[in-house]
Amino acid sequence: MNHESVDVVVIGAGAAGMAAATRMAGLGLQVVLLDEQGSPGGQIYRGITLAPLSRRDLLGPDYAHGNQLAQALTSSSVRYEKGASVWQVTRDHQVSYLREGHLYTLDAKAVLLATGAMERPFPIVGWTLPGVMSAGAAQILLKSSGLAPSEPLVLAGCGPLLYLLGWQYLRAGVTIKALVDTTRPEDYWRARRHLLTALRAWPYLRKGLELMRSLRSAGIAQFTGAEQLAVEGEEEAQALTFSVSGKAHRIATRCVLLHQGVVPNIQFSQALRARHVWDLDQLCFRPVTDPWGELDVPGVYIAGDGAGIGGAQAAAVQGQLAALGIAARLMTIGTAERDEQARPLRVQLESSLRIRPFLDALYQPKEQNRIPADEVMVCRCEEVTAGELRSFVALGCAGPNQAKSFGRCGMGPCQGRMCGLTVTEVIAKARGVSADEVGYYRIRPPIKPITLGELAGE
Amino acid sequence: MRTDPLFQPVVSEARATRSVSLTFNDQPLTVPAGISVAAALLMSGISRFRATPVSESPRAPYCMMGVCFECLVDIDGVPNRQSCLIEVADNMRIRSQEGARDLICQPMNVRTVEVQS
Amino acid sequence: MSQDRHKVVQSDVIVVGGGLVGAAVAYGLARGGVDTVILDQGDNAFRASRGNFGLVWVQGKGHDLPDYARWTRSSASRWPAFAQAMMADSGVDVQLKQPGGFHMCFSDKELLERQARLQTLQDTLGDYPFEMLDAADLKARLPLIGPAVIGASYTAQDGHVNPLKLLRALHTSAQAKGAQLRSSVEVDRIDCAPGEFRVKAGQRCFVAPRIVLAAGLGNPALAQQVGLYAPVAPNRGQVLISERVRPFLDYPTINVRQTDEGTVQLGDSMEEVGLDDGTSTEVLAAIAKRGVATFPLLRDVRLVRAWGALRVLSPDGLPIYQQSSKYPGAFVVTCHSGVTLAAAHAQRITPWVMGGPRPDELKVFSGDRFLTDKVFSHAH
Repeated sequence: MNHESVDVVVIGAGAAGMAAATRMAGLGLQVVLLDEQGSPGGQIYRGITLAPLSRRDLLGPDYAHGNQLAQALTSSSVRYEKGASVWQVTRDHQVSYLREGHLYTLDAKAVLLATGAMERPFPIVGWTLPGVMSAGAAQILLKSSGLAPSEPLVLAGCGPLLYLLGWQYLRAGVTIKALVDTTRPEDYWRARRHLLTALRAWPYLRKGLELMRSLRSAGIAQFTGAEQLAVEGEEEAQALTFSVSGKAHRIATRCVLLHQGVVPNIQFSQALRARHVWDLDQLCFRPVTDPWGELDVPGVYIAGDGAGIGGAQAAAVQGQLAALGIAARLMTIGTAERDEQARPLRVQLESSLRIRPFLDALYQPKEQNRIPADEVMVCRCEEVTAGELRSFVALGCAGPNQAKSFGRCGMGPCQGRMCGLTVTEVIAKARGVSADEVGYYRIRPPIKPITLGELAGE
Repeated sequence: MRTDPLFQPVVSEARATRSVSLTFNDQPLTVPAGISVAAALLMSGISRFRATPVSESPRAPYCMMGVCFECLVDIDGVPNRQSCLIEVADNMRIRSQEGARDLICQPMNVRTVEVQS
Repeated sequence: MSQDRHKVVQSDVIVVGGGLVGAAVAYGLARGGVDTVILDQGDNAFRASRGNFGLVWVQGKGHDLPDYARWTRSSASRWPAFAQAMMADSGVDVQLKQPGGFHMCFSDKELLERQARLQTLQDTLGDYPFEMLDAADLKARLPLIGPAVIGASYTAQDGHVNPLKLLRALHTSAQAKGAQLRSSVEVDRIDCAPGEFRVKAGQRCFVAPRIVLAAGLGNPALAQQVGLYAPVAPNRGQVLISERVRPFLDYPTINVRQTDEGTVQLGDSMEEVGLDDGTSTEVLAAIAKRGVATFPLLRDVRLVRAWGALRVLSPDGLPIYQQSSKYPGAFVVTCHSGVTLAAAHAQRITPWVMGGPRPDELKVFSGDRFLTDKVFSHAH
């Protein structure tokens, strides 16, 4: 296996990763940026360097902004390796990855995890049928391939990404059959205590209001307070059913796009056994860090949505803060200089996070869509239902790892990405304890699959 | 089995300058260069990518970012590849992933792509 | 489930440890109508039972201690009936298969050593059928074997099982027969009085006239409290598991086996690294290399997960079975082959725990065998 020593390895070329790598290179550090995609941008800025101008225009100004980060990266001295699939990060800063069929290992003085977020699972009846995708998936198809649904689709769930996608589809002339929103009046009521703070993020709020207004005036069938969502179909999605105020609805469609927020991708941070806490506002696990993004694993940092959902702008700022923290740790700059350079960044960060508490409260995913009924499949890979999971708890399983050993949930190819949060919450509810007490799956390498031959070095 | 495509190019986009020819379960397809295999299949009317090993249920992409592992197909003899992470290439032979991979009936180490005359 | 607070839970037997050993003992007891309580740790405990390979393995064991071979064989021969009983009591099929197993050799020296070992067992026990296979013989039995394997030993006594289904079956069966499980229990101390053991765990208290310590790496500390000596220590084995593959390997082998779910499992290594259940790239690569050398078609198969499992190993690698003479009614039951010996644990330990005679083979497995004069003064 090829070993090489470098100063810093950054994993993930999204907003945080690009900003951090560029800044560290600017400070004179030798930085390697690894990303599994073929071009930079992560998910929010997916395909930014390849998108034709018309597509960038369609997707909106926030997306186009990513281009600045990508260009700064390209003009920097960062060694950017695309198509690099990282399969292991150790507590002593070894980063192992697969690239074009070969394994490489980098020995770094510091590692920055910038692997971002992923869609929160949306476990409802029928969610595994072909034709059901996350709204994020549809947005990726739009961003990187210029594709949109070819027939009337249904958007279901809640959260800014759902409405943004709807708005982008309207601009593209795509027919949206219905917007089925799970947001209820109680959610507005709960969010009200954050309204003053949100108003201080007026530009964002205004953008959101305009977006919602466009959707509303587009003549799409809209439902709010939707419950009991289920997808009907045998071999593929045929309809979305739900109820509003007790009245049943059924909308025939082959394309159901689900969304109820994004959550940190914690595969690497969990594999490192870093300390995580259950965030009661965002209802997910996030790693515990110091103000520079350092985990309780010395020399390993995290920035961006992987540390807690904050959006692309916050991610870029956090990336830079982590860059400063790492530079000071490696003694490229002193702590005084670090703090000095961090000052304006902290102001920016506070500003870009201002809208979050309001959004988190308003678009909190509903319990029935997080802790599903017995018949709903929780582990898609191994096909384990919520009911089976509850039966393991009745047998004495106290947490996800015992449940995993009893029923294989979490053992499939995705290694718990799609079911981890659901399993924790189902068990917590069944036992009547907190999610923190239940804990999360034990995550192990390889974080991405490698072949036995590749591992053997053949 | 092909049905009406679930996804299609956004009308406002100019047509891609280059196309790629490949096959899915021996059916020839022509798709724009530069997109992922998963995107190419979705726009070509493929709505079923695989059958699960556990119950042979039909599955198709869910997340398009390498997290869900639903988009697994066999590409050029290598099974269980995440098609949302792989770019299309000329003469690619793609097959649906029917359950668990078969080591015995499959030639080892098929890497070269036969050039079609 | 906040039961038992400030309440004393009474039973006939307390089994400390809900892993493969504890659950098997508890199942045997419960099946015999004994009122049994199992105390188990929480979700993040080290749990040797989650890490093991799943082999029901006889060949080679006990070459330096015939009673271990006898004890092992007595378990292997009871396994079919044991699996059926669990199926009947729990509805869980543990997928027992005993087609015989292979131990691969990669050099002539290895092959000769292997033969010598098995020959010793045959000479000592009399009835110990085994075969030594050269490369050609092996190829006829396992067509997919690689050229680097120059030979193997085979015995028909070997097999494998799904170890996770086994754990689940044992728990389900034990509870179906009336055993009670208490999870997330951390034992603080055991107070011993004649005919009564009081186990304190936080605010909970469990009382019984008999207690079986089957707590794996927790045994040394607990054993001391009941007048026993059980010096087990962690020994790490790293394991790889692959994606699912259509069936290609019917026989278990010592380093590679295909599970009933189709995944391929590879091991195993032995390292003394303390309580570190992580993995190391060097060892994983070595295991992968040997796996691919054994079955070259595994080269393109994907690794999905790798872990370190902490075996519960005594200084001589052999089990410890002992009843406390200071506090009769207290037993320690510990081994590193919790799968192979599960049938014996379920079927032959119960009468001994309930006051009957100790099985003959277990005489040599007292923990006192590790006591030297030097150590003795610290033990009690």
